[in-house]
Amino acid sequence: MSFATTKFAHPIPLSTTAARSNDHKPFLDPFKATRFLGSTHKFRFHPLTNSNHINIHRRSAVVAVSDVLKAKKPKSTSNLLITKEEGLELYEDMVLGRAFEDMCAQMYYRGKMFGFVHLYNGQEAVSTGFIKLLKKEDCVASTYRDHVHALSKGVSARAVMSELFGKTTGCCRGQGGSMHMFSSEHNVLGGFAFIGEGIPVATGAAFTSKYRREVLKEADCDHVTVAFFGDGTCNNGQFFECLNMAALWKLPIVFVVENNLWAIGMSHLRATSDPEIWKKGPAFGMPGVHVDGMDVLKVREVAKEAIGRARRGEGPTLVECETYRFRGHSLADPDELRDPAEKAHYATRDPITALKKYMFENNLVSEPELKAIEKKIDEVVEEAVEFADESPHPGRSQLLENVFADPKGFGIGPDGRYRCEDPKFTEGTAHV
Amino acid sequence: MTVRDALNSALDEEMSADPKVFLMGEEVGEYQGAYKISKGLLDKYGPERVLDTPITEAGFTGIGVGAAYYGLRPVVEFMTFNFSMQAIDHIINSAAKSNYMSAGQISVPIVFRGPNGAAAGVGAQHSQCYAAWFAACPGLKVLAPYSSEDARGLLKAAIRDPDPVVFLENELLYGESFPVSAEVLDSSFCLPIGKAKIEKAGKDVTITAFSKMVGYALKAAEILTKEGISAEVINLRSIRPLDRPTINDSVRKTNRLVTVEEGFPQHGVGAEICTSIVEESFGYLDAPVERIAGADVPMPYAANLERLAVPQVEDIVRAAKRACYRSMPLAAAA
Repeated sequence: MSFATTKFAHPIPLSTTAARSNDHKPFLDPFKATRFLGSTHKFRFHPLTNSNHINIHRRSAVVAVSDVLKAKKPKSTSNLLITKEEGLELYEDMVLGRAFEDMCAQMYYRGKMFGFVHLYNGQEAVSTGFIKLLKKEDCVASTYRDHVHALSKGVSARAVMSELFGKTTGCCRGQGGSMHMFSSEHNVLGGFAFIGEGIPVATGAAFTSKYRREVLKEADCDHVTVAFFGDGTCNNGQFFECLNMAALWKLPIVFVVENNLWAIGMSHLRATSDPEIWKKGPAFGMPGVHVDGMDVLKVREVAKEAIGRARRGEGPTLVECETYRFRGHSLADPDELRDPAEKAHYATRDPITALKKYMFENNLVSEPELKAIEKKIDEVVEEAVEFADESPHPGRSQLLENVFADPKGFGIGPDGRYRCEDPKFTEGTAHV
Repeated sequence: MTVRDALNSALDEEMSADPKVFLMGEEVGEYQGAYKISKGLLDKYGPERVLDTPITEAGFTGIGVGAAYYGLRPVVEFMTFNFSMQAIDHIINSAAKSNYMSAGQISVPIVFRGPNGAAAGVGAQHSQCYAAWFAACPGLKVLAPYSSEDARGLLKAAIRDPDPVVFLENELLYGESFPVSAEVLDSSFCLPIGKAKIEKAGKDVTITAFSKMVGYALKAAEILTKEGISAEVINLRSIRPLDRPTINDSVRKTNRLVTVEEGFPQHGVGAEICTSIVEESFGYLDAPVERIAGADVPMPYAANLERLAVPQVEDIVRAAKRACYRSMPLAAAA
């Protein structure tokens, strides 16, 4: 797939005059780039010479790469990027994400799920592109738009669906909900409602990985953490604090920005002084990469490099994925502020259709094989709904469970014993 | 008038009366407000006075406080008060304490408003009630309206007040409609800060509540009337300063007290009210004070568990009966 530039003529409300013209100097003069904090990579940027042809608001070319990826590029243009097995795996994962989210919308409007539900339609390439390269022990931290991250990481569709229905068989026993998907088995660290909250947590997981290798001497601990968050988060203080510490301590983490241009109804361009998020990486001493997030193969190439860097102990990377959410911010969002022309444009760049096209063009798969996958996924999702429907609601006593790891934290009751030892307490009928 | 319209009209009137009043927060402008409270204000007052901020609570709250230091009158909206935790340093250290630390040189006429407490199925991180935390802090005023009249009068009072005010709304009340008199609709209408309202007079037991729980308390009072217990329901309106005289006078009349709140029980509003009664009206109590609060757990997502974690009308009824007869069992039936 070529790195085509995209151009679209719809007006995006702009309150800033983005001086993105050719007199813009790259943050870092490529010829003056020196070693950062002992890093052995020089950061080279493609000069923005073709910016006159590119719409000032979005570019789809990769603009900032580390040396290793640049060296890889000639190889990738002549060979295919994926094998057939990899292609089918990527396709299946993206179709699962899409089908699952569509089913969530249906179930929400039927009242089976409630509260805040944020769907991931359109962004599947980012989740699949990154998470399918991770091992089970690698960690993923996300935001409230976390269903598909959990699914890609290996949490079963039934566990996620049950959790959304609030049933006791859900991955968090019905106690977390849509925004709080956790799985210690698959190392999914959540699921956070506050944006920016997952980034320090992810940085901490990366810190643990480094600590285990260096202090606890577990030589084979090369676990990587991937933190997913959006464009709105990139204006939040926690993001900058973590970029600094991750680079300072060379933590094995990849910061993935899912820049879908909108934070509820706030356009990224209205909220950000410099909308090019990848540039914030070099300011803190790590490579910043921009990639077309609607193309799973491009995402995967960048992900391989970034995850490889982290695994080798070379430190963090900031990856900005240009992507788009086809639905509103949540199922309660009327989505009135986004321009229909913008939505239509991105609908033509649907990542699933793009992968399908690539695989057909390169004779990797046949139509019946893809149809078989789609059918299989439909069955998986239907079965997940049935399972969730038939699962029981949590019992009364579950209300007081899991507050503490050591339930003695509920203190001593009026009879002088620990409250948690009182059978009435665990039945949920005691007075707390 | 719905509570939403009451808040919208109060903001509108105060912004047109005083050009130093401005609104800032996430989605308050073009999105018309995350819960549509600031609908129409951007069109009327323009983007200089209705500011859509990036998602950076600590930053924009600090900016608001700084603007208030220099004489503007910001209204800072938190999409929910849960997000105020990211900005709590500025609310307490920069706003609440400044007048004291500067010996009166710098007053901070700022209002922090937004929905507080549990909504429906929004999980642990979106459901906490912050009344107790903010009300513990000297230098802050904390208000919690219930009806449209409360919303209008208290918000106007808060905006006109020269001190930092934390204004705790409730998402589930926004759509509820209440009858309002012509006096309430007048643009100079204002309610005093620090005065509670007796929503329903009674003689057997006093029930105090604020925000959504006032509605539950009134329903409980109806049920109790049918069973021969006349409950007096007090709508606190102001958590800090707490209207101790009104509550104490009421308890001296009825001799029994039930406090109701949605937040966590320990160190809650009910605990403070109970202490106030014990300190000032101990001899008048005929039964121990009953305290109804949310369950001492993070809010669960599952619908049935959420119902168990938040006080329901039956809990208030049972507590009132216990205060009157002391013979009802403590636990709810399944």
